[in-house]
Amino acid sequence: VRRNIAELAGLPAATRVCIAGRVLVSEPSGFMLSDQSGWVLCTAARLPAELSLVMVEGTWDGHDVVCERFLHEQPGSVRPLADAEHASLTGKGGARGRARQERLFARAALIAEVRRFFHERSFLEVETPLAVPSPGLDLHLSALELKTSKPARYLITSPEYQMKRLLAGGLERIVQIGKCFRDDEIGERHQPEFTMVEWYRAWADVEAVMRDTEELVAHVAEARSGRRVLLTAQGEIDVTPPWPRLTVREAFARYAGLGLDDVVSDETRFYRVLVEQVEPALTELGAVFLCEYPASMASLARKKPGDPRVAERFEAYVGGIELCNGFGELTDAQEQRSRLLHDQAERARLGLPVYPIDERFLGALEEGIPPSAGNALGLDRLIMLALGAAHIEDVLAIPASKL
Amino acid sequence: MYETSDIRKGLKVIMEGVPFEVTYFQFVKPGKGQAFTRTKLRNMLTGTIFERTFKSGEKLEKADLEERQMQYLYPEDGFYVFMDTTTYDQLRVTEEQMGDNKYYVSDSLMCSVLLFNEKPIGITPPNFVEFKIESTEPGFKGDTSGNTTKPAKIITGLEIQVPLFINEGEWVRIDTRTGEYSERVKK
Repeated sequence: VRRNIAELAGLPAATRVCIAGRVLVSEPSGFMLSDQSGWVLCTAARLPAELSLVMVEGTWDGHDVVCERFLHEQPGSVRPLADAEHASLTGKGGARGRARQERLFARAALIAEVRRFFHERSFLEVETPLAVPSPGLDLHLSALELKTSKPARYLITSPEYQMKRLLAGGLERIVQIGKCFRDDEIGERHQPEFTMVEWYRAWADVEAVMRDTEELVAHVAEARSGRRVLLTAQGEIDVTPPWPRLTVREAFARYAGLGLDDVVSDETRFYRVLVEQVEPALTELGAVFLCEYPASMASLARKKPGDPRVAERFEAYVGGIELCNGFGELTDAQEQRSRLLHDQAERARLGLPVYPIDERFLGALEEGIPPSAGNALGLDRLIMLALGAAHIEDVLAIPASKL
Repeated sequence: MYETSDIRKGLKVIMEGVPFEVTYFQFVKPGKGQAFTRTKLRNMLTGTIFERTFKSGEKLEKADLEERQMQYLYPEDGFYVFMDTTTYDQLRVTEEQMGDNKYYVSDSLMCSVLLFNEKPIGITPPNFVEFKIESTEPGFKGDTSGNTTKPAKIITGLEIQVPLFINEGEWVRIDTRTGEYSERVKK
């Protein structure tokens, strides 16, 4: 029976064992055998080749394994690639491969915690289609189009349209954990294909979903560190709810000395101030909500009752990392149609592809969606924060750059 | 001309007649909005660093610096001396201009020396350099889990993280772009 190498340490000396894995080092003093659980030094009369895959039978002496018989032996080699990365990202590659493997275990455990969090709060986990007739009309999101599909299909940039149809269908608490696709987005915190956790609550307001968000992050932090603290690459971040809520108007006034009305008509200026002045300041605040975005920058959110200049849209920033984007949902079908037509016209004006309007989504709004709120949170980024990873690629099994 | 999507660590651009090297970059796209690239740029003449955010679609002027393949000879009075192996011309590069690259040069290493108006302003070592491990704790036996790396020093004073099976006196290959251990080399 094959044992995990990590089990060996718990066995008495002189136990007969069978282990298998990849030979990382082979030299006269012995060879180093590594499996998914760990690694151990082995001695044998005959040394296997480095990088070969072997299964051996022998005796655990409390320190090393004295091999008596090779039950399996298969050569392995490393073909040098241009960027000196190996084909297998988790096996060979010594220390870095091992560290990546450990992060993948931690990632899976945290995703299980996210599922548990929503299950405990009576959310139904759903899976909606990834290939859809309209990927959304956000001006700055660029969708991947499936070339051969008829009628035209795009990969979702978020499952928002489909999940809102489920709200019209009578589901009241739904969550989805799945892939979203946004072309041309790659960097320390971006991947063209990434994992989103998106959830909606019917008969609830945006504040309820902000509370879900801070509690979810606190839950994940506690699962990882035992405390409501994220041990990030930049240091500890206390994520105990409630987090401060800062309106976009307050943030622009405080960190850039600008009134929102001064910048809202010039989109580029708005985003430049956000990137250069506001976001760096938010980094200092630990975990914070930025809320009440200009109404023109929230096509699917409802306007704030009493202040139609801003929308019920929020984002959470944790350690300066933008984690999510949530709304008090727009449920007025007529207003939604006119906003989508406006977005289509803007896309045409800017020479961007004009995606169709999803009539079934609008149909759901016409049928009626209760007052609802929802949020879309980048799960890879939350995992980065929890594991103290500096780059999104560090928490992925195979990042886009290694395809 | 470079596009913002060409921005990488080490990219060299000219702004207002001054050559800059990108030392850090980050793609950002706040609030499902416009994309920007945050950068830190090192002025290659003075060494000072400043931050600049480029909007997606902005163009950057490529720095056409002369690069000469030269051999590293030795340190001298706080300078690093390089020689052109065909003309035997020698150049002195300051410690500041060397930056972290001072950790990667060893006897006779061929590097590319960057010249601006015929004066050296920096060097680029090969992507990989090989060094002997001068000191590191032993760490091979018994440890079946837990830490998988340990610190090790090379002769230039650089400390890197190496796998536990690397011993003193062994040679390793270091990626000069990241400063990280790449693999063990047999010598």
